[in-house]
Amino acid sequence: MFDGISTQLLLGQILIGLINGSFYAMLSMGLVIIFGMMHVINFTHGAQYMLGAFCAWLLMNYLGIGYWPSLVLAPFAVALFGIFLERVLLRPLAGLDHLYSLLATYAVALIVEGLVRIQYGSTGLPYDNPIPGGINLGFMFMPYYRLWVVVFSVFTCVGTWLLIDHTKLGAYLRAANENPQIVQTFGINVPKLMTLTYGFGVGLAGLCGVLAAPIYQVSPSMGSSLMIVVFAVVVIGGMGSIIGAVATGYMLGMVEGLTKVFYPEAASVVIFLFMTVALYLRPQGIFSGREAS
Amino acid sequence: MRLPLLAAVVAVALLLVAPFYFYSVTLMTILCFVVFACSFNLLLGYSGLLCFGQAMFFGGAAYVTGHLLKTTPISLELAILCGGIFSGLLGLLIGTLAIRRQGIQFAMITLAFSQFVYFIFLQSPFTGGEDGMQAIPRNALFGLFDVSDNTVFYYVVLAVTLLCVFVYYRIVHSPYGEVLKAVRDNQPRVESLGFDPERVKLLAFVLSASMAGIAGGMKATVYQFATLTDASWPISAEVILMTLLGGLGTLTGPIFGAGIIILLNDYLAGFGEWALISQGVILLVVIVFFRRGFVGELGALAAYLRARKARAAAAEPENPARAH
Repeated sequence: MFDGISTQLLLGQILIGLINGSFYAMLSMGLVIIFGMMHVINFTHGAQYMLGAFCAWLLMNYLGIGYWPSLVLAPFAVALFGIFLERVLLRPLAGLDHLYSLLATYAVALIVEGLVRIQYGSTGLPYDNPIPGGINLGFMFMPYYRLWVVVFSVFTCVGTWLLIDHTKLGAYLRAANENPQIVQTFGINVPKLMTLTYGFGVGLAGLCGVLAAPIYQVSPSMGSSLMIVVFAVVVIGGMGSIIGAVATGYMLGMVEGLTKVFYPEAASVVIFLFMTVALYLRPQGIFSGREAS
Repeated sequence: MRLPLLAAVVAVALLLVAPFYFYSVTLMTILCFVVFACSFNLLLGYSGLLCFGQAMFFGGAAYVTGHLLKTTPISLELAILCGGIFSGLLGLLIGTLAIRRQGIQFAMITLAFSQFVYFIFLQSPFTGGEDGMQAIPRNALFGLFDVSDNTVFYYVVLAVTLLCVFVYYRIVHSPYGEVLKAVRDNQPRVESLGFDPERVKLLAFVLSASMAGIAGGMKATVYQFATLTDASWPISAEVILMTLLGGLGTLTGPIFGAGIIILLNDYLAGFGEWALISQGVILLVVIVFFRRGFVGELGALAAYLRARKARAAAAEPENPARAH
């Protein structure tokens, strides 16, 4: 059955899969960081990704600010929105059953998406590619911008991992995740740490949105369906490890790409199929040593 | 104890005359969602499992019921029952996998599964894909009675709804229901008493899925079509809103919640996006200020008033004593 499939098509789809995987990796990393620290499953993640893209579009169209400054400004704006949310909404709900914070983030997503749709309509808005052109790899034409997305996302993921695993701040974070009371008694401001963590995770989603803007159309619904796939990715990798989330993200992006070559009908469900198998074989997640609930 | 019974009798009497005053299709929609919301409350309110994919059972059963009615001469009630059985089996399959992961992640997993099921329905030829399943016939009830008239059919839907609500009431008040609540409140304790909490939860999930299936099957016969919307995740979110608004873990809460949200949707249908935004706002307000929901808050108010009256009654006997 492999005879009919050319190497070009195969490598091409793997590369496209790698780009999707970059988004999966970054988004699931944000979700895992937020969950690890606060035990909140952030249902606003998709909407915050969309807000990042919209911020970039607004900066471009109303202030004439281009892609590169937006890459810093838009995630920062989305992170500020996240910090506001954490302070006003999630903090008061922190002591309650986790389902309330989950549903609160969902409600916010519903409101944000609805408001954006009323203001800008449901149709996608175009965003100019900041690095036009591309390179001929011999087997396919690789646009520079996509190459940039893959490289940048790898750096962001590795950087975040280093930050959390190899710095003092990261050590505080991990300690506060294990036992917030004890960390608090050492004089570390745990609530502030939580606010910053949520802001950081949300900022990552915003950053993804800016990266996605030139590839996909900027539309109010760009986040919600992507978010569900990212949830499946996070379930497969397990909620306990950042590296796990990132690796699973890239891997599943490529698996999805390969499925498009061999059995296109299944491309939209292959990640969910993987989730089913992973839950059956390793219920705690393939990269988690222990249950993180 | 006699007051709730009286209220139930009055409610049934009102429901019996309702189609003479209100549009019967709206009433039937409310009844379908009452069953759906009860199914959800059974799961979240009494076992603490937040399923964010309840729509897969609702929409899935709608397709199965519709397909059976379209392709076979099966009688109406059997078709709805088959929808419920299909959803129960789907629930067994998904529940077995999803319950393996502890805690709040259950919400995420069930949401992902429901999207999986949604894509399968989207690509299956028998569902009609994006167009939906059209012209589902209303076969004769028990193979004998013609129910094509909406007012007549209303009473069938009402009967099924009352039966479902009664079953739901019996489950919640059975010894099993007590174990279920105990698992929600203190799982290790229940485990130490010799129960298997995983099995208790799985059974709740299957029961809830079957009941959601009955609701979906009914909806397919009311509207005589089934669409992908019924299986999509915004419906899952809507049933969460209904249950929370009515009162989590209260017996009558989902009934009020379903009624309020369906009427609100009807009212806001012309305002497009604002319907969804208002749902978001209501959900936020309920979560932040009224976590007990409509019925729960009323119950708390009644309890407060009773306590005040009791205090007043306890204080009163002193006065006559002094008078003597």
